[in-house]
Amino acid sequence: MEPIINFAADVEKTDEFVVNIGPQHPSTHGVLRFQTTLDGEIIKDIVPIIGYIHRGIEKMTEFLSYKQSIYLTSRMDYLSSFMNNQACALVVEKACGIEVPARAQAIRILMCELQRLASHELWWGSCTMDVGAVTPFFMAFRDRETIMDVFEANTGNRLTTNYILPGGVMMDILPDFIPQVKEILRNLKNFLPEYEALVNGNFIFQKRMKGVGILTKEQAISLGVTGPVARASGISCDVRKLHPYDGYEKLDFKEVVADGCDSWTRYLVRLEEMKQSIHIIEQLIDNIPEGDFRTKTKAVLKAPEGEYYQRVETARGELGVYFVSDGTAKPYRMKFRSPNFSNLAVAKPLNVGAKIGDLIASMATIDLVIPDIDR
Amino acid sequence: MNREELKAYLTETFPTATIGDTFDFPLIVVAKENLLEVVGKLKNAPETKMDFLFCETAVDRIEQFEIVYHLTSTTYRHDMVLKVMLDKPELPELPKIDSVYSLLEAAEFYENEIFDLFGVTFDGHPNLRRMILGDEWPGYPLRKGYEYPDIEQTLK
Repeated sequence: MEPIINFAADVEKTDEFVVNIGPQHPSTHGVLRFQTTLDGEIIKDIVPIIGYIHRGIEKMTEFLSYKQSIYLTSRMDYLSSFMNNQACALVVEKACGIEVPARAQAIRILMCELQRLASHELWWGSCTMDVGAVTPFFMAFRDRETIMDVFEANTGNRLTTNYILPGGVMMDILPDFIPQVKEILRNLKNFLPEYEALVNGNFIFQKRMKGVGILTKEQAISLGVTGPVARASGISCDVRKLHPYDGYEKLDFKEVVADGCDSWTRYLVRLEEMKQSIHIIEQLIDNIPEGDFRTKTKAVLKAPEGEYYQRVETARGELGVYFVSDGTAKPYRMKFRSPNFSNLAVAKPLNVGAKIGDLIASMATIDLVIPDIDR
Repeated sequence: MNREELKAYLTETFPTATIGDTFDFPLIVVAKENLLEVVGKLKNAPETKMDFLFCETAVDRIEQFEIVYHLTSTTYRHDMVLKVMLDKPELPELPKIDSVYSLLEAAEFYENEIFDLFGVTFDGHPNLRRMILGDEWPGYPLRKGYEYPDIEQTLK
């Protein structure tokens, strides 16, 4: 009698198998789905599927005034809401020719750099948690909380701050802002070496990170990657240096570029960026100019007909606002070139050919925020 | 190259194209047929080396679509805008344009997004899909005069 299944013939062959990771997987940090095709443990193909949190922000701006659009930008990358507000405010200022007082510029930079610190703290906690270390997550949240308290006191919100608007900032900083920030910096300077001592020397952590998730410089350029991810592949792309805005040109700081191209380098680049942010805040905190925190603007702004583009450096890369005006009080078209949408393209070169066990670890160092991808 | 030099270079190299300005960048408007040739030249010529596509989007100009490419060079750090005007046929027929994916891989997601929200198809795109809204969504929302679907109907 013939055997029903001929085991001997199939023993060396494996079939391809499709696994959906997400949209509710805790390690995708939001509603993002990776459709992976596996052969054994090896990833053969990976397709990111997005759109679960698409709100149509670009369409909505066409029905709102410029000032109202600011409130939508806070809801894109909720960990970089100051920078998102700033990008939108800067493009309107550029189009309408609004001057920003020096005090407002200093406050903007202070808030943005504090936000960068808070965002990188959260990334550090979640990145280490993704590879299995739980303690750093609590440490990161303990330290981030002090920054969030400052945001809450000064802007009224923790995440969707809506603080920076055309002509300046919403309201002046509180009298105890300066001592509070100094306290935060003092603490962070002690904590950063602690972070490094806790995680960087860990043998398991290094094994999970070093030589994993390689993104070459050529790939990064071709895919349009920006931010710490691109800088870890050796591309100089810091908007604060290349196209300074709001007075970054007056400050002394280094652009962190490294050419390790792997997860480990991306990890180190972000830690180094935190030190640079601390350095920027230190230069400004005692030198906030006196004066107005906002110029008076017209109640209804109307930009002259034309096309404007403004980019800022958020915690994750370059946010560009492409703004087409037809001379009315509402944008004809506003396109947000969000850093995460472009950075998501690295999912393929990073993971195809690698093992599925490394997927979460290497995507953790990309630091994706999903609402910013979908918009 | 600074802005004026770049404009002079573009005028000299691409005599058939229209050279202009946006507020921030020099602008070149090319015909749909020449798109790949022009982008290829801009990318590979040692004078320009426009190898970084940092933003690609579309603008609905009622009679036409503008496909807008923002290019920069990671070597020289000069930026420019390239535009293609595209005729807008009546729905359900969709306008068609060449994909620049073969030259700049960043275009893959941008073009998926434009296809999804504007209804412009791209020839030579490796995986054209309605990335954000999904295949069942009626219409193309970022077009002007888009009619909002009955949400109850859509969710059924």
